[in-house]
Amino acid sequence: MALSDKEVSAIEKKAREIRETIVQMLVAAGSGHTAGPLGMADIFAALYFHILNHDPKHPEWEERDRLFLSNGHIAPVLYATMAHAGYFPVAECLTLRKFGSRLQGHPERTRLPGLESTSGPLGSGLGQAAGYALGAKMDASTSSAQAAPNFRVYCCMSDGEQDAGNTWESAMFAGNNKLSNLTAIIDRNNIQINGMTEQVMPLENLRAKYEAFNWHVLEVDGHNVRAFVDAVGEAKAIYEKPTVIIAHTIPGKGVKEIEFDYTWHGKPPTKAEAEKFLRELRTLRGKIKSEHQ
Amino acid sequence: MLQEHIHLLPRLLEKSGATPAMMATRDGFGEALLELGEKDERVVVVCADLAESTRVLGFKEMYPERYIEAGVAEQNMATVASGLAAYGKIPFIASYATFSPGRNNEQIRTTIAINNRPVKIAGMHAGISVGPDGATHQALDDIALMRVLPGMTVISPCDAEEARQATLAAALHPGPVYLRFAREKTPVMTTRETPFTIGKAEVYWEGEGAEVAIFATGPLLYNALCAAQELEGEFAVSVINVHTIKPLDREMVVKKARGAGAVVTVEEHQIAGGLGSAIAEVLAREAPMPMEFVGVHDQFGQSGEPKELIAHYGMDTRHIVAAARRARGRSSSKV
Repeated sequence: MALSDKEVSAIEKKAREIRETIVQMLVAAGSGHTAGPLGMADIFAALYFHILNHDPKHPEWEERDRLFLSNGHIAPVLYATMAHAGYFPVAECLTLRKFGSRLQGHPERTRLPGLESTSGPLGSGLGQAAGYALGAKMDASTSSAQAAPNFRVYCCMSDGEQDAGNTWESAMFAGNNKLSNLTAIIDRNNIQINGMTEQVMPLENLRAKYEAFNWHVLEVDGHNVRAFVDAVGEAKAIYEKPTVIIAHTIPGKGVKEIEFDYTWHGKPPTKAEAEKFLRELRTLRGKIKSEHQ
Repeated sequence: MLQEHIHLLPRLLEKSGATPAMMATRDGFGEALLELGEKDERVVVVCADLAESTRVLGFKEMYPERYIEAGVAEQNMATVASGLAAYGKIPFIASYATFSPGRNNEQIRTTIAINNRPVKIAGMHAGISVGPDGATHQALDDIALMRVLPGMTVISPCDAEEARQATLAAALHPGPVYLRFAREKTPVMTTRETPFTIGKAEVYWEGEGAEVAIFATGPLLYNALCAAQELEGEFAVSVINVHTIKPLDREMVVKKARGAGAVVTVEEHQIAGGLGSAIAEVLAREAPMPMEFVGVHDQFGQSGEPKELIAHYGMDTRHIVAAARRARGRSSSKV
């Protein structure tokens, strides 16, 4: 079912709040990644406020959808989204990367309820998601299984981690096992630490690569909430293959001066920059007169 | 003398040319998997294109729906197993130790160890006795790689029967486990009645007033027992089977070492980071004393027959006897 305009606005509003929190937590942390988290805010808002079956008060709920974050360095967007969804207080976001915090620089499952895995080293999320999806498929196909598991498995990846060989080992594995209960999402923002992906290690034709590995491939504008939700819906209808959604995003989305700039991949804003960024986010680039309205 | 109460096989060390039953530890692993397949539906096997030589072929044929082919992709094998364990399966991953936990070490570290997923890692063809395949296939660093990971249990069974027991125990163990197996047929010492508990070392030979404690792991335990026998009449030793390198049975290590005053460790592994290191770490703190290390001394192996390689790299009975004499000598000269 298509999203109503009202639903789209509500998700977009959440995405703005998430972006503000990301900037606040990064400046408080004094280190971390800015471009990727800001670029994925729309998608994470859509996931946690519309797509995923989940219950922030019961993170271990058996029937929840499972989201494996493979590119652990975009943890700020995951944490900020989880906080806004009610997993923990938004104020806790300011403990990011601090000693004793549950919000580790890269996500650690055993420290924070609601995380499905530990990630950071790139290329290892897809295999875990595939293993999980395969476990569920095995039980669904054996008569001895009790109720067949009724959840979907999602995996978020970066485009940079498509450089990693183990990503393709897992892509081959998921395609071979026809894991139709698995949907992968690639943040195609075209940047990685050393520069533009097509200069560092060209990925194109990414669509053709996944198709050759027996995946159903969809491409969307990663800032068009409605298009993304539709793509996830289409993935559910594909029964013979896993689906990958190549989400074209703008790194640093929401803060004009850092958009598309790869040097913002792995650094946080300074205090002064953060104030400027927050003003821009809060006033929708001047469309709203005052940030305190 | 051999400890009868632990139910070892009879006539294990007859001086007039003992002929112990021979079986590879990997075969004990294969047998245990068949038992586990029958007993527990959650048990699944993921293998990287080596079903026959890792001895998971029987499981594959008996339970094809629970056999998962990874192809020659050990990194993915580890991450898939992490996902399967997260789902609630009990995954065993099988390849050669040089590839798993060698090649996929980082995936094991991140997605299994830090992530605390109870994957059972079965590393085959460990040690120099792989023989003709040469240095690339002789895992001499796998214990070190796994022992350094917090939360990882590391088991190196001494024979096929202990391998069977260790595999059964690993399946029930709540955390990740590394199981180390060898390719070659080696003497079977233990029986189904021989006690096996993860983390509990067992005394296999006890000499009256032992002056050297020999701690051995893996199939070389047999050589250590032969050495003990050879030393009879010269001086007494005790031989302890340390099948679990992590968590180490510190209490037993300290007790037997203190009682003897000198220690020899025996393993088919680099000296750096293996059983000897683990024991030295404990004794340096609890009971510093002369120690000799039988193992591979900072070299890679080469092609050859298992027996000649074991002799060349200094791990046969003769070398263990010599190490025990050196340890005892250093111990008495100190007094």
